[in-house]
This record gives sequence, structure tokens and C-alpha cells, in this order.
Amino acid sequence: MQVTVKTFAQTREITGEDNIALNLSENSTIETVISQLKARSDKWALALEGSVLTACNQELCDPKTELSDGDELALFPPVTGG
Amino acid sequence: MFALVQVEDFDQGELYARLKQSADEKACGNTGAIVTFTGLVRDFNNAGDIDGIELEHYPGMTEKALMLLVEQASERFSLNSAGALHRVGRIHNNEQIVWVGAAAPHRQAAFDAACYLMDMLKQSVPLWKKEFKGDKSEWVAAKASDDKAALKWMHKK
Repeated sequence: MQVTVKTFAQTREITGEDNIALNLSENSTIETVISQLKARSDKWALALEGSVLTACNQELCDPKTELSDGDELALFPPVTGG
Repeated sequence: MFALVQVEDFDQGELYARLKQSADEKACGNTGAIVTFTGLVRDFNNAGDIDGIELEHYPGMTEKALMLLVEQASERFSLNSAGALHRVGRIHNNEQIVWVGAAAPHRQAAFDAACYLMDMLKQSVPLWKKEFKGDKSEWVAAKASDDKAALKWMHKK
């Protein structure tokens, strides 16, 4: 199955990638994706080493969430609006 | 109820009128209190002066998360209406950045709802601030005091 990964703020700046497509095995969770991305490059490892929030299809969700084909996963640092 | 995300500056009077009209449509004559809050960009941070900020957002999710928050506040405090607006993009010192408003039968609910909206907005709406100083810029780190402010609502009835 395929999912889209989006990044924002520091996560986007450090990785230099704001929108990538990933091929995953069935039943992959967000945690699985984060582990895979950390192994992708030093930049990804650095971007994902601290506190990272995760959203699936534009809703905040737990990293243990299982992904489905076509999902939009977003990874970003804690928010600082207001 | 409404939730807006925009680059342009906003007019508090227009937002107040929109909130009042929305409250009147739901329960005309039942609104005894409207509380609004406007946030501005300060010209300093802990390290000194700054030259404005830039707000990044997640198009689509930011609007949805802000609307969800407005709906939650409305239900939790039995409001007649609520609204929120957050600007994104480059914003200069002393400019308006955020507005929230709550209309309720009594003032306590309206005050509480406005506080709740701001405290929770800082936790759950995807927005990220970057501060500028000369030709340098730095992302703003999330504050532990903001976490505490949001957490207190989890424990309150």
C-alpha cells in the first residue's frame, strides 16, 4: 500500500522534504513509518529524534495508529500558534 | 460558529458583529455576554528585540482543527456561538495575529470559553511560529506553561 507523508516547520526544514510517497507493507503503523524514515538519512533521524506530533488524514492521532492505503500522514513539531 | 485562517489582517468590529449575528440566529435575546480576545505580536522575546514573525500552517487541517475547537468550546460551555480567526504568513510587530470570541447567556461561561479557546488552540491547532531578527530567523519552541494551561482544562468539570 502507499501513503503520503507531509512535514511541516522544523521537520520540513531539517529533512528538506515536505511531501513524499512511501510504499508500506500491510498493517504498518505510524511508528513503523517513523522508524523507516529515521533510517532513511541522518537528516530524517535528526528531524524525528525529538517530540513529534502525528496526524492521519488531517486529524491528530496516536503513533500506534494503523495506516491504510491512500492515507495522508503528517509529521510535525509541537504547535506554537496563538 | 466560525473558524477562519487567513493572511490578511482582520477587523475586530466585523468579527464581533458576525459572532453576535450567529448567536442571535441560534437564540435571539438569550445572549447576556460576549467576550472576545485579540492577540498581538510583541516586539521582543526572551533573547531581545525581534522583527516580526512568520506563521506556517497545514492547509486543510488547520481550518478543520480550529473549527473542531470552536465546536468543542461551544458544547462544553453551552455557548450561543463562538468564533476564532488565526492569521498565517508574515506578520509584523504590534500587528494582530489571533482572535477568539464567545457568546453565552452569562459572563462566566463566555470568559471561560475564551480562555479555553486560547489555551487549547496553543496545543491542538497546527500552526508554527518563526521569529525574525535582522536576516536571521528561529522557530519558536513550545512552552511548558502552555502545556500546563491546556492540561488544567482536562481536569476541570
